[in-house]
Amino acid sequence: MLKKITKTLQTSALAFAVAGTAILPQLAQAEAYPDRPVSMVVSYSPGGATDFQARIVTMLAGKEDYLGQPMVILNKPGAGGKVGWDFFASKAKKNGYELAAYNVPHFIAQSIVFKTKYNIDNLEPIANWGADPAVLIVGKDSPFNTLEDLMNYAKENPGKVTFSGAGLYVGHHIAYLQFAKASGLELTYVPHKGGTPAMKSVMGGQVKAGFNNLSDAFRNRDSVKILAVADLERNKEFLPDVPTFMEQGVDVDDSSVNFRGIMARKGTPTEVVDYLAQRVPMMFEDKKTLKKMDSAGSPVRVIPRDQVITMWKEREAYLKELLADLKK
Amino acid sequence: MLEFLQYLPDVFTPWNFLVLVLGTVGGLILGATPGLSPTMAVALLIPFTFHMEPATGLILLGAAYTATVAGGAVSAILLSIPGAPANIATTLDGNPLAKQGKATAALHYCFLASFVGGVLGVLVLIFFTPTLSQWALGFGPSHLFWVAILGVTVIGSLGSGSVIKGLFAGFVGLWISTIGYDPVLGVERFNYSEHLGGGINIIAALVGLFAIPQVLSMLTPQDLPGGVTKFAMEAQSIATSIRDTLVRWKALLVGSVIGVVVGLIPGAGGQIAGLVSYDQTKKMSRDKAKFGKGEPAGVIAAESANNAMVGPSLVPLLTLSVPGSPTAAVLLGGLLIHGLFPGPALFSDHGPVVWTFINSLLVGQLLMCIFGIMISRYSRFVMDIPEYYMAAAITVLAVFGTFSVQNSFSDVFVMMGLGVTMYFASKIGFSPSPVVLGIILGPIAETNFLQGQIIARVGDGMVPYFFGGALNITLVTIVVLSVVYSVVSEMKAKRQQRAAQQADDDGYVVEKEA
Repeated sequence: MLKKITKTLQTSALAFAVAGTAILPQLAQAEAYPDRPVSMVVSYSPGGATDFQARIVTMLAGKEDYLGQPMVILNKPGAGGKVGWDFFASKAKKNGYELAAYNVPHFIAQSIVFKTKYNIDNLEPIANWGADPAVLIVGKDSPFNTLEDLMNYAKENPGKVTFSGAGLYVGHHIAYLQFAKASGLELTYVPHKGGTPAMKSVMGGQVKAGFNNLSDAFRNRDSVKILAVADLERNKEFLPDVPTFMEQGVDVDDSSVNFRGIMARKGTPTEVVDYLAQRVPMMFEDKKTLKKMDSAGSPVRVIPRDQVITMWKEREAYLKELLADLKK
Repeated sequence: MLEFLQYLPDVFTPWNFLVLVLGTVGGLILGATPGLSPTMAVALLIPFTFHMEPATGLILLGAAYTATVAGGAVSAILLSIPGAPANIATTLDGNPLAKQGKATAALHYCFLASFVGGVLGVLVLIFFTPTLSQWALGFGPSHLFWVAILGVTVIGSLGSGSVIKGLFAGFVGLWISTIGYDPVLGVERFNYSEHLGGGINIIAALVGLFAIPQVLSMLTPQDLPGGVTKFAMEAQSIATSIRDTLVRWKALLVGSVIGVVVGLIPGAGGQIAGLVSYDQTKKMSRDKAKFGKGEPAGVIAAESANNAMVGPSLVPLLTLSVPGSPTAAVLLGGLLIHGLFPGPALFSDHGPVVWTFINSLLVGQLLMCIFGIMISRYSRFVMDIPEYYMAAAITVLAVFGTFSVQNSFSDVFVMMGLGVTMYFASKIGFSPSPVVLGIILGPIAETNFLQGQIIARVGDGMVPYFFGGALNITLVTIVVLSVVYSVVSEMKAKRQQRAAQQADDDGYVVEKEA
């Protein structure tokens, strides 16, 4: 009898042990996450705006209040971000230890136009850290002093006004397409290899105008004139005197704003995503981070996960419509 | 004008100076490692500067930039593997010199020339920044296209004995550069495998084309054709090296001036400075036949050019936030992190930091020269390593170096593939330099041509856009002269060769006629 009981106990102990090994790691993982450094793929070169902002906003990840583990940046540049995001959406592990930085509208527009392995349905936003609107700039010596000057000239000289921007289907190009559509003007877009060469072409007078990042235009405000901001409101912090397109009667909204944030692959455990969605925005809003971002001239806009999900969906719907027009 | 002297003592505070020394020594070693280019070194160091004082952080980045550019010559001379694209031209004469048992001398020439070029470059940065930045801004797509074409005219005369083989290799390089996405219009080209999706990375190509054939040759037994013969390192006094370098002042001058000009032009890719000045020095020299066989002037021209580029590439960066070279572009990120916004106000708002940084570049040139010469004394220990260990070490460095550029295994596969192909191509007389030059110049020529085309179409039309204006005319003239000169001197050499042959064939008949 006693023997039998011992045996039952033994069996049940074994059963528990087996069940335990099956359940425990998951529990432990959820509780202990993260117990080792977390990597983050950045689809642009080291030293670029996305890269250095990513490094600033993740520099405090090691603090106990945030992740308690450092975040390591992994640069995978190439083909305007496609190489890095393709890699992430197809190869990254779904365990929360491999994250990536996103750039909206870039990756959404690319997923519409090109055959990519990524789209908003197989990625999971964590939180947004920054928003850099596109602005319309002209050279310091340009005859155009207002948006109206430029539009009048373009009306009389169809196709003659050249615009530089950082490549195709990036924020600058989207802003250009919106501007051309809303104004009904015939304009010419000259794609460049990045924001810096595009800015240089405007400063050197090789093109008549350009769309560029608000932060970069602000830093170069002695060499360029900023005519309009492609956002819903003026930028109070950096450019309080520059009106938006809408204020000047041209229907260009905030669809081209370059949003930067962190995302995971779809299929990452919910508790990990929730944990990150709760901790990461706090990390972005740390005083030290904000100070560093401000001194680097990078506009911060922290947006929680649920709002980013809606933002991605709205962008995708709008871009599908805008880019479909283009293909006709 | 002499404001910079006021901040010179700031470089010598114990902490700043220690960082400068460490950055220089580390940079020399990193630069000598195949696959770790200056751009990569600066990018890797930026996170370390986060918690430093702005001036200290910039000193580290500046020292790394200066020293890696010079350090790349060490492996170029000793192993015929350039540490970075900028050192390709150094292999052409540096390695033959080493094989003749003059490796120490070649290393001395390289560091002395780097020092002269580097100092000149920084002086240009100190004194002419405001004047030159506006000039640099004037370079548009049409001008950059011609600069790239000027580079293409050099291709044929590089390395290989035969012009036709050189041109063919250059053509292959240009073709390789079109793999991946079109830089302007985003069209996929030759994208047969996902490994090619991001295009061929220049560092992967450089390491593969130079290092892998070298490794394979090292593993070939010495008595078989293609085996590498070992060479000893000689003792050469520094005084002799200094005299030898100064005697070749023409190469020093040509190299430094071309380096300065190429460094100033944003988007021209400073990597071609060494090759263009090597080619010009060769053309101006009286005995061209010596080049490629161990002519010190070749090493001097190439190395003075690639270090002269460093200072000027910061001219448009600091005043207009337009980087003059790929490494300067990465440095921009380093400046921004410390809240230093390049622009006309930089010098007035952050004078002390900027001047300390510029001064550290100047002092860094001297340190680079001293430590470089010290390192060249110990280089013979590297050369004493048995070949099979060396081959293994180079392979490991090549794989890690290539992987680290973009954290991509695709790059490693591409590197290996190109390397093995190059090994067999070298057996039939092809050399890697024209291929790499093609890969560098292809995108510059193409991007600027396409941009120019779009602008010209809505503007004045193609011909006025690409051929109008003083700058275009000057550049086109230089291109034409360069081609005509090559053709003429080639024909002259052929005629002399034929005459000599004839004289050999029918001895005294020719003599009597003459």
